[in-house]
Amino acid sequence: MPGKLKAKIVAGRHLPVMDRASDLTDAFVEVKFGNTTFKTDVYPKSLNPQWNSEWFKFEVDDEDLQDEPLQITVLDHDTYSANDAIGKVYIDIDPLLSSEAATVISGWFPIYDTIHGIRGEINVLVKVELFNDLNRFRQSSCGVKFFCTTSIPRCYRAVMVHGFVEELVVNEDPEYQWIDRIRTPRASNEARQRLISLMSGELQRKIGLKVLEMGGNAVVGYLQCFDLEGESGLVVRAIGTACTLDKLSNTYTPATAINPCNSSPSKDIKDSPQAVPSALGCRSTHSSPVHSASSRLSQGFSVSVPTLLFAGMKHRHRSSDGPRARQCRAGFGEEAPGVPLSSGPPTPLRAQTFSSFSPSKSYSRQSSSSDTELSLTPKTARICLSPSSPTLQSKSSPIPTTKALRSTTPPPLHVSQSDTAMLRKSVSFSEDLLLAASGMGSGGSAGKEAGPLKALLRQQTQTALEQREFPFFTLTSFPPGFLLHVGGVVSARSVKLLDRIHNPDEPETRDAWWEEIRQEIKSHAKALGCHAVVGYSESTSICEEVCILSASGTAAILSSRFMQDSALDTEHRLSRQQASVFTSGAEKGEGDMGSTASLGFEDLMSPGCAFCHIPYDELNMPFPAQLTYCHCCRRYKVPDVLFTTIDLPTEANVTGKGCLIQARLCRTKKKAQGEGNATAISNLLPFLEYELHTQLMNKLKLRSMNALFGLRIQISVGENMLLGLASATGVYLTALPSPGGIQIAGKTPSDITYEQHISNMQKKINDTIAKNKELYEINPPDLVEEVIGSPIPEPRQRSRLFRSHSESSDEVSELDLSHGKKDAFVLEIDDTDAVEDIHSLLTDAPTPPGFYSCNTEIMPGIYNWTSALQMFTSVRVFRLSNVNLTNQGLNKVFNDLCENLLKSLYFKLRSMVPCCLCHVNFTVAVPEDELIQVAVTAVAMSFDKDQTQENGRQSIDKNLMKAITENEDQLQFPLELSAESSSNPLNSAKGLSEVSGPLPSARAPSVDYSSFTDRCSSWIEQLRLKAHTIRCGSIKTMSSLEKASPLPEGRSRSLRSNRSYAGSSVTVVKMTPLSFIPGTKIIKYLGIINMFFIRETTSLREEGGVSGFLHSFIAEVFAMVRAHVAALGGNAVVSYNMKECVFMENPNKNQAQCLINVSGDAVIFVRESELEATPPQPHSASAQTSSSGEGT
Amino acid sequence: MRRMSMELDVFVGNTTIIDEEVYQLWLDGHSVSDAVRMRLESDALSECEASGEVLHSDTMDQYRTFQMCERLLHCPSKLANQLLFQIPAHRQAMLIERYYEFDHTFAREVLGKKLSKGTKKDLDDISLKTGVALKSCRRQFDNFKRVFKVVEELKGPLVENVQHHFLLSDSLARDYAAVVFFANSRFETGKRKLQYLSFQDFAFCAGQLISYWTVGAVDNMMEDMDVDLEKEFLHDLKDLKVLVNDKDMLDQHKSLVCYQLKGKIKAFSEMEANFKNLSRALINIASKLTNTKDVRDLFIDLVEKFIEPCRSDKWTVGDLTLFLTHYTSTAHTLEMFRFQILWERYMGVIKSCILKMYHD
Repeated sequence: MPGKLKAKIVAGRHLPVMDRASDLTDAFVEVKFGNTTFKTDVYPKSLNPQWNSEWFKFEVDDEDLQDEPLQITVLDHDTYSANDAIGKVYIDIDPLLSSEAATVISGWFPIYDTIHGIRGEINVLVKVELFNDLNRFRQSSCGVKFFCTTSIPRCYRAVMVHGFVEELVVNEDPEYQWIDRIRTPRASNEARQRLISLMSGELQRKIGLKVLEMGGNAVVGYLQCFDLEGESGLVVRAIGTACTLDKLSNTYTPATAINPCNSSPSKDIKDSPQAVPSALGCRSTHSSPVHSASSRLSQGFSVSVPTLLFAGMKHRHRSSDGPRARQCRAGFGEEAPGVPLSSGPPTPLRAQTFSSFSPSKSYSRQSSSSDTELSLTPKTARICLSPSSPTLQSKSSPIPTTKALRSTTPPPLHVSQSDTAMLRKSVSFSEDLLLAASGMGSGGSAGKEAGPLKALLRQQTQTALEQREFPFFTLTSFPPGFLLHVGGVVSARSVKLLDRIHNPDEPETRDAWWEEIRQEIKSHAKALGCHAVVGYSESTSICEEVCILSASGTAAILSSRFMQDSALDTEHRLSRQQASVFTSGAEKGEGDMGSTASLGFEDLMSPGCAFCHIPYDELNMPFPAQLTYCHCCRRYKVPDVLFTTIDLPTEANVTGKGCLIQARLCRTKKKAQGEGNATAISNLLPFLEYELHTQLMNKLKLRSMNALFGLRIQISVGENMLLGLASATGVYLTALPSPGGIQIAGKTPSDITYEQHISNMQKKINDTIAKNKELYEINPPDLVEEVIGSPIPEPRQRSRLFRSHSESSDEVSELDLSHGKKDAFVLEIDDTDAVEDIHSLLTDAPTPPGFYSCNTEIMPGIYNWTSALQMFTSVRVFRLSNVNLTNQGLNKVFNDLCENLLKSLYFKLRSMVPCCLCHVNFTVAVPEDELIQVAVTAVAMSFDKDQTQENGRQSIDKNLMKAITENEDQLQFPLELSAESSSNPLNSAKGLSEVSGPLPSARAPSVDYSSFTDRCSSWIEQLRLKAHTIRCGSIKTMSSLEKASPLPEGRSRSLRSNRSYAGSSVTVVKMTPLSFIPGTKIIKYLGIINMFFIRETTSLREEGGVSGFLHSFIAEVFAMVRAHVAALGGNAVVSYNMKECVFMENPNKNQAQCLINVSGDAVIFVRESELEATPPQPHSASAQTSSSGEGT
Repeated sequence: MRRMSMELDVFVGNTTIIDEEVYQLWLDGHSVSDAVRMRLESDALSECEASGEVLHSDTMDQYRTFQMCERLLHCPSKLANQLLFQIPAHRQAMLIERYYEFDHTFAREVLGKKLSKGTKKDLDDISLKTGVALKSCRRQFDNFKRVFKVVEELKGPLVENVQHHFLLSDSLARDYAAVVFFANSRFETGKRKLQYLSFQDFAFCAGQLISYWTVGAVDNMMEDMDVDLEKEFLHDLKDLKVLVNDKDMLDQHKSLVCYQLKGKIKAFSEMEANFKNLSRALINIASKLTNTKDVRDLFIDLVEKFIEPCRSDKWTVGDLTLFLTHYTSTAHTLEMFRFQILWERYMGVIKSCILKMYHD
């Protein structure tokens, strides 16, 4: 009996009139938890009853506390007939179970009815008394904290990042049970809501248990989803990242800590993977499209998966002079235009691609027949290879995998093909074992990668790596020093046929499906030379009995410092370092374990570029890629384009501003049933993904940018069409080469008008590119010149020459290293698709003046947010009236939808200009034939225009440095340093390293010039990241910054807008999809908000039609979220997400139904200005210090 | 957009977005398409380059929001503690104030009428006459009725009651008090001779009556309502008859006034000639106020018996002011006149009402 739950019903207000005669209501309340129910007295004849009940006490297991919601039902007493229900409130008790979250739930909750919506409010008090019995073997996981936020929560410090946790539970959907035919819609809806609430409670508890097993105390980046599989059931699944978090004892750290992670070249970056690359990659470059498919078959899995990854695959097609090698470059992660030759065989790549697909079909068919689950695999798309095979080891290439995404060219597969299949098999086998004996997961991979250390690693496997079966992280931003290198996007999809879940207690099928996909992702990452996947997420799209499972993430290399016991992957990295990196002497000396000394090394190069450096071996790239030396540090190789699913690392050097880039695609599909349908879908998928990539790449080039962050590709399936929507934030990473222009080539320059047409288009494109450069303030050239001691001036040219050949050869000579740089991206317009592409390129309307947009948390290039913010959800449903649309027509329609929606948003929010739409999250669905639904959730945040930074962070840095060094003496810094170290012993080391770099000289009072400048720059960088301006030239500003309250000006400005609400009796609750609120500091996380609502109406017209119905429902959902947060004592929801919005209507019957699932983290924030006023800052030293403390 | 149609289109902000301009269009009773057209034509949005489509979507959305808010606006205090819409306090105040604002031309038509279904049926005529859209007329009428119903039975100062229950600004609350007061006492305002008077004229008079002639005006205990005139006071007014019935007193009163005004007003001779008639008119009005019917006719009586004669004699406003001032004050010096307080209370209001009503 480990817990006592107490609830008290205080009062109600605004109740609906239930008795027409008196225009009043005789209300009473039932309070139910588990199987126990209490009732209040009837409060007669009032719309504002004052029950003021006793405390209702429930004695329950903590397991139940986690699973069950407290259910409060308000009823109208009726002497003669049955009591009428007014509505219900479900209260999730979970936040009360963690000592650090809320202690009491108290407040007004909307009384919700699934048919009538909100009907009045009820004031409730809830408390929990937990008894301590932590030691027994238990099923509960009370105390494990959950965060939706996909970064380390702001007032915590990550001690350890344990890794991936996942779980799923299944059940029958009450809506499809036989009883549903005889019960009312209300009863049915309530049964569903309650079931889902129970299931998510259970799911959370189970995940909590896993976390406890791993030794963690929190789940970060918790992502829970529902799959409404209709007849076949209901699946609730969740993934997250288990961590051990420490609450920062001093909540009142200086406000500037807001961006904890942004700062500093964290000290541990140390293990310089850069130096090591040779050890990393394997040599197999070939892409073998086939093996994955075959391996699948052997496993008996059914999968159709076009997986792709992208990162720059686009060159390969269509570029008539593109190198052949390029074509086969897998779309994996890095853009890998690897082949030096810029002139390749002018093969119509596309054709190749397609042809390669075809074989897959046959495979898929086989598999499907063999198994109940359908598997279809266009093998082309997927690339997986996998891990540990003894053979591989013998080859000494740690990463045998190849990812040929679309491998169009049948490369020299020889060995790989057959081998891989075998490998695959063996791997899967071992994985199974792993599953059983959880814990060896990574053993195999480790063995492979770190040949020499294999034995050692194996020993460690059992103990250390239990969790590492999937080295996945749902985080999208990281504590400084955690993310070392980014490989590129990895993704996998699978088409499945749903069948009824016969036994809810055995969700193996679904588990197996995901297992399979995750394996694939893992192997993709391996192929990219990466041992981890970050920014990982999973999703499904269901139509009738077909389900597309998708997973995607970003292959990356992480530092070991947050990993437990030097997790396997890390281990081998380290070991590799030791073993193979002798060459870079400096590092080696320092040892592997995150020694600060290594900083020295790292710090010399710009910390903002390290993550771009390729994680794979340039000589043995997993796919062809075009590499150049990093444009920041000039030491390491970088790809020419980088795609990722994570947020822009705060330390990243970005030139100019970013923007939202979307690729949209709509493809018709024949209606079909069962396997046929699944086959058709899986055949379409690769093309869809390919096209999306092409679009993304084109649009990226058109904006003169070279990297995508936050990439999210959604494929949605309907009866007669497939929708694809890819969203990402494009930026110009200073470290990466400047993208070439786009060049249009006609097939045969035949007649003059045709040529003219082409040259017109070319001109338009060139103009657009030029305009975009201006718009996004992308001026890399100056920058390049400013780079101190840059050995290789980058020739930046955007040539529009037909032949990029000459240039590239020029470049080759200049760069003197890598394979030639191809510069212009050639589009051939001999096929209609290309024309379409170009068309869509040019039809994207620019954002109106004063607006920016991105789908990441923060917009690069904007640092001075005000506190004005507006979170919103917008939903549109379109009906295609002409069923016989062509693909092209459909595309246009879909594209217009999205564009118009964006236009409307800009118009709606025009009063917030200058402003940026952040975290723009589109979801598309095909609820019925001919219907397309698009839902957007985002936050608009205003910023201060006057303070807008000039573009080009780095160039500013340089200017700043110059200014500083010229104008000021250096004393400032030593002072600063000493203050830091003395005041904050804990953080001093970090602070130092951040501020000054690791050089010993930095610590000494007298600083040598060069290190001084270095320090300056990193220091300034931080300040800037904190979203404040610094006018260069005066150090005084800066010093005052640290000492007193940093930038009071900026803050007070940010205060002004929303400050005056005080009059209202309702707590103002801010909501944002971001993990922070500008100008404020989150001082407490109160618990996770995870709510599921159903709303139904049988009087659609009376409620204002579908729009009126959905409008009020969404408003009601917001209201209920706010009420729950306020009752927990919070004043904001961060990381808010509307994960599901399923809308169905039947206008003929005047009915509609909608399901919405939302989540977020309830928090308490305080304004920075208030913070400053309150506590004497213990960290008097500096903002950086504290921020680093927080981040690490 | 030929090939597709928008089936559903909503936008919901965590903070409810309210476009004041669209709100006004909605309040004015314009249809969505009218509103879109007007917005397209307005300059304010020209820099946004918003297309008709965007404006239509936005307008629909705003209209829907307003419709959902309307229920709350009927009981403005709910707006502050409801949970459905998160609206900053100052925006709430704006929403309420605008919702309850009314067209004075419309109010003028309804003033003094019974706020009943019957009157509501006449709204289309009023709409035609005033040019205020029927929808808007209905809203305004319903507002009157709602405020009337709530305030009618409440004790305490009328204006404060209105303000407290409907969270209106002071000036708007005063206007509502006037409307309620007129509706309650059913003052005649519709006669042709009264047509020249504006709503503001009447509202001013109502304010005077409320402030000085009701129970609440003398009794700070607020034990009774502000809506009705004080019966006792009206009854006592009969005592003023002495001023005209006592010949000596009338003559004395006249000579005192004439002495004071001589040379100071242009219409002196007309005043001198008419003094007895004018005085008799004012006193008669006072003495008849015990009768409900005559209370209703207060304004028409003032116009017919007093204002029109003065107007025909071309009195200036200055003349009238001086006359009324001295007419009132000299009565105090009459030896036999014992109703000083009563007189002051009566004449204070009458004087300011007449002055307000004395225009073309």
